Amino acid sequence: MMDHAITLLLLTLAAGTPLVFAALGELVTEKSGVLNLGVEGMMLVGAVVAFIVATTSQSPWLGVAAGMAGGAALSLVFAIVTLSLHANQVASGLALSLFGIGLSAFIGLDYVSVIIEPIRPLTVHGLPDIPVVGVLLFGHNPLVYLSLALFAAIQWFLSRTRAGLVLRAVGESPQSAHAIGISVVRIRYLAVLFGGACAGLGGAYLSLVYSPSWAEGMTSGRGWIALALVVFANWKPWRVLAGAYLFGGVTLAQFQAQGMGVELPSQYLAMLPYIATIVVLAIISRNAAVIKQNAPASLGRPFHPEG
Amino acid sequence: MTRLSRRTSLATLTACALALALPASAQPKAGEPLKIGFVYVSPIGDAGWTFQHDTGRKQMEAALGGRVTTKFIENVPEGTDAERVIRDLAATGHHLIFTTSFGYMNPTIKVAQAFPNTKFEHATGYKTSKNVGIYNARFYEGRYLAGIVAGKMSKTGIAGYVAAFPIPEVVMGINAFARGLRSVNPKAEVKVIWVSAWFDPGKESEAANTLISQNADVLTHHTDSTATMQTAEAKKVYAVAYHSDMSKYGPNAQLTAVTHHWGDYYTRVAQSVLDGKWQQDNVWGGIKDGMIKLAPFNKIVPADVQAMVKKAEAEIAAGKLSPFTGPMKDNTGKERLAAGKTITDAELSRMDYYVQGVVGKLPSSK
Repeated sequence: MMDHAITLLLLTLAAGTPLVFAALGELVTEKSGVLNLGVEGMMLVGAVVAFIVATTSQSPWLGVAAGMAGGAALSLVFAIVTLSLHANQVASGLALSLFGIGLSAFIGLDYVSVIIEPIRPLTVHGLPDIPVVGVLLFGHNPLVYLSLALFAAIQWFLSRTRAGLVLRAVGESPQSAHAIGISVVRIRYLAVLFGGACAGLGGAYLSLVYSPSWAEGMTSGRGWIALALVVFANWKPWRVLAGAYLFGGVTLAQFQAQGMGVELPSQYLAMLPYIATIVVLAIISRNAAVIKQNAPASLGRPFHPEG
Repeated sequence: MTRLSRRTSLATLTACALALALPASAQPKAGEPLKIGFVYVSPIGDAGWTFQHDTGRKQMEAALGGRVTTKFIENVPEGTDAERVIRDLAATGHHLIFTTSFGYMNPTIKVAQAFPNTKFEHATGYKTSKNVGIYNARFYEGRYLAGIVAGKMSKTGIAGYVAAFPIPEVVMGINAFARGLRSVNPKAEVKVIWVSAWFDPGKESEAANTLISQNADVLTHHTDSTATMQTAEAKKVYAVAYHSDMSKYGPNAQLTAVTHHWGDYYTRVAQSVLDGKWQQDNVWGGIKDGMIKLAPFNKIVPADVQAMVKKAEAEIAAGKLSPFTGPMKDNTGKERLAAGKTITDAELSRMDYYVQGVVGKLPSSK
């Protein structure tokens, strides 16, 4: 039973990680007042670019970096269109997703059948052999630790640094930020690029670690789930983390239940992760005033410096 | 051969609209190659359902040389998009059109009414009309053989099955696998996890991992990606692939694979259209017809097991053995087939129970 619980915990962290990357990146983007619905497309481009670079260079870590660059490159298109050309963010974001899905399929065409050596979990000598705690603390994939570090960094950045305050100010009231001399457009560019890189990283995790291969549409909607997580987590990083693990954990728990022959129709079980995540996150953030406080006030609105 | 995707085929809409203004397409002119269209539900990729259909298309092209030209449109969603794509093919002079997924059934029937001189062949459906034939394969025969291999190779006596949706086609595969498994290991069990997706590598590998954590040491799957095989390889357990040979993804894990082969059938149908002898038909072929084959065994499968499977394969081909011959009980103990009775096609195609040896309760597909 103990073994079961540990396996479930390990798998849960692994399952939640792509969502953690993508949703944290999107959170930062949205905190700057920009709504980028292109997460699914950016994840896919990140996944395919990471896979191609990792196979051709034989270096998975170069692949991870390339995946981030790929996601960021696609988000740059979005940034130019919405921030410099003032196009509608919702429409552009949706278009970006569709474009990313098609583009990743196209550039990945010759890599569908390629087999890759995945990034292995860290094996610090002896450490994972410590009973129970060993494997829970030290048995994860390096990218899982990276996602936790990213969480800590974003939490610290948003709440403890001046730059984080500036980012939030831009998301709340770009006019005021502009009036005191902050370059709203520049900050938003950086936030969008960061979100793109994180989505790309989430994609790279899928194609290099989670199911090491490239296949068209392999994210299977995880980008959209990440988007929803940000809203339901009420733009708080720790809730994003909790939501991502909850989603991953319930998915796995319902698989466990099926394998054990629990007599519940699998269709209901398949709905569970979605329902559980929404219900739990809705309950912990049910205070309307708090939601209003956390939601970036100018989310989705274009900014024209001239007023 | 031309290659079109769903997205670029938008460009041909105008052409299509023009063609629609004309009466339904005329018979092909003598001496011109027969134009044949294929509609695929997913990208062709490197393994899986669509890949096997495309392999069949290529085999047919090779067999009939210059007498046919083919065009395929991949990644066509089931539903209204499919109707447009099929209509597009019919309107551009494709006189034989294969629609290769269950969800193309209604669109195929609808378009067929508008193009009475075009022949349609729809895979895995049940609706026919005078110019729509249907074809399918008895995948379950291969599943039974896979079950024998799994039963002989498993040490824990637990097999894991990653499945997509609880429709009869998938259920009969699970049941045939369990029957094969139990024919050599009467105490063995099959654990099933439904992932509610045909293609989601992430979920498929989660399900495979879960099954392994519940002591399954041989896996199989009825989903479209190679994730189950890759997970088995990484976790050092065995697996039986489905649709295509996936030994490349699991050189140590893959015991064998239940593979689909459509080439002979496609060649035969195209030939009959060329000869003007095509007739609407309902074909359900199996091992006997070469539609279902086992991939070469992994060398870790002992010779006696290989021989045993070969023998069962020959008996199925000869019609002497059926995976579903009574006495057969479902997993609640209810008798489903009396001793000596063999299941009928009608009973097979509405199979909505698990046989003995499958763990759990079948989620109703209705």
